[in-house]
Amino acid sequence: MELLVAASIGILTAVGVWLLLRLHSFPVIVGTIFLSYAVNLFLFAMGRLAIDQPPIVDPAVTAYTDPLPQALVLTAIVISFGMTALIVVLALRAFLETGTDRVDGGRDEPPTVADRAGERL
Amino acid sequence: MTPPLPSPATAAIVLPIVLPALTAAVMVLAFRHRRAVQRILSVGAAAALLAVAIGLYAVARDGDVAPYYLGHWPAPFGIVLVLDRLSATMLVLTAALGLAVAIHSLGGWDARGRHFHPLLQFQLMGLNGAFLTGDVFNLFVFFEGMLIASYGLMLHGGGPRRLTAGLSYVAINLTGSTLFLFAVGLIYAVTGTLNMADLAARVATVAPGDEALLRTGALLLLVVFGLKAALVPLHWWLPGAYGAAAGPVAALFMIMTKVGAYSILRVYVLVFGADAGAVAGLAAPYVLPAALATLVVGAAGVLASRTLAALACFAVVWSMGSLLVAFGLFDHAGVAAGLYYLVHSTVAGAALFLLVDVLSPLRGRAADRIVPTPPLPSAALFSGLFFVAAIAVAGLPPLSGFLGKLLVLDATGAAPGAAIVWTVLLGTSLVVILGFARAGSTVFWKTRPAPAAAAGPAAAARPRGGPVAVCAALLAATAALALFAGPVTAELDATARQVFDTAAYRRAVLPPQAAAAAPGAAAAEATP
Repeated sequence: MELLVAASIGILTAVGVWLLLRLHSFPVIVGTIFLSYAVNLFLFAMGRLAIDQPPIVDPAVTAYTDPLPQALVLTAIVISFGMTALIVVLALRAFLETGTDRVDGGRDEPPTVADRAGERL
Repeated sequence: MTPPLPSPATAAIVLPIVLPALTAAVMVLAFRHRRAVQRILSVGAAAALLAVAIGLYAVARDGDVAPYYLGHWPAPFGIVLVLDRLSATMLVLTAALGLAVAIHSLGGWDARGRHFHPLLQFQLMGLNGAFLTGDVFNLFVFFEGMLIASYGLMLHGGGPRRLTAGLSYVAINLTGSTLFLFAVGLIYAVTGTLNMADLAARVATVAPGDEALLRTGALLLLVVFGLKAALVPLHWWLPGAYGAAAGPVAALFMIMTKVGAYSILRVYVLVFGADAGAVAGLAAPYVLPAALATLVVGAAGVLASRTLAALACFAVVWSMGSLLVAFGLFDHAGVAAGLYYLVHSTVAGAALFLLVDVLSPLRGRAADRIVPTPPLPSAALFSGLFFVAAIAVAGLPPLSGFLGKLLVLDATGAAPGAAIVWTVLLGTSLVVILGFARAGSTVFWKTRPAPAAAAGPAAAARPRGGPVAVCAALLAATAALALFAGPVTAELDATARQVFDTAAYRRAVLPPQAAAAAPGAAAAEATP
């Protein structure tokens, strides 16, 4: 299970970083979402992986899982959800006002004459 | 073992967070569409915040480190706010800057979009929380509170340029927040605590096998703080964001970069400081070289700037370099000098941003570009203000920038590699002076005759008294900082001494048994 959790966090992070380095705003947003998923899983795992153990005191059990990461991850989820909503709206507004979805505000090359000729063929 | 109930003085520690939060909520809920009421509330609350901050400074000044246990939970379990001289100094600076920005915005900026004043108050709440908290995860939460408000403020006024810059600003800070969470996760996984005082006691006793994880977490945290402090190579977002933001917003953001510097100081002295065993002095090899690179990049940017806003932004980057050169020494003299420079650079940088904001509309289509224009109305006043601001920012005598630079040079004199530090500091200072001289002479002296038809817009825009008075007041504050340098440096010297007395911090925050587990206190316990 450790390998599975570690591998999924690693893959999510790698995907997030790769998308974050794209030029257009939509992949960047998806990249931040992937990164926030990765970090949420990571925070869960920081209290160590434990199966079938309660986080709340119960006289019948002796072993507990760490309850604090669950509280932390809840905070992190709320914040990253709000931030994702904000950046989506922001990217839409920026696209509508500037007419481009490039994060540097630049424009993609307009189709060249050769491209247009290719379309016609 | 519940902690003692707070006295009225220590109960006031929570006020700098509660007061702006309530003010902002009342403004949004009850006075949403009534700007006049919002203005009165905002300026009133900022003034009250300044009064509270000064009161708290008085408490911190003659007392020890004062904790405030939220919800009355004992220390390592609940969240704790901690007031010491360093956090009180930052509170006073934040409140003073907040008041100046609130008054400046009455000149028209707050009417160019909605919710300026509530966002300003929320930002003040986040800043004050970040300066007061004694818990690493709570620091993350207040960072987020501060950033969320700053996203709104950054976009205030709208327009394509601000939206594009805002998108990058939000994206880079989201990434920074994710890194912060990774770092917090690593530190918690190894130590099992996030309370700074408790962490300070535990990092030294981490199992050797976990040391690499702790080191990784601590250095990730340095990346996050470096990003906030615009430390090279993490500074690229700053000129775009601050340059596109409205004038008063950029002035308020001056304190945001200082949050990064404050966090570096707090965490790498208290938690990963001299007592931290294997992870002691973790940040020291990185901060100073990065700060020197920041100086070079900032100075080059100042010289290459084509607009006054860009000039001010790169001057901020450069001043963060000077500040972190001092903090990067991680010794008493360096921190005392750095704190003086921190206060100075916040005030002077804010004055410069506000001045550019007042000046730009008067220059018609040239706006803030560094090009010759027809003579300005009341050019003598503005060229005078720009001259004073440039002297303050670039660090020429007689204003506080010069003294700050001198203190930093003095503190670095005994450090290894002082020759390099002095060369870079003085060399980049010269470049910054050249940059400001070039900009000032182009903008104010190289006038060209007004074309008859285009005289309209520039002449129609009259300077407004209020915002100009705020700039002048901030510049007067840097002069006062120079005039009263003796008492101010004595105060900051005591502050720096308290910053390094980490044992006192742990004793004040933690209950006696837990504090005794700290490495410093353990020896004292064993002797009787």
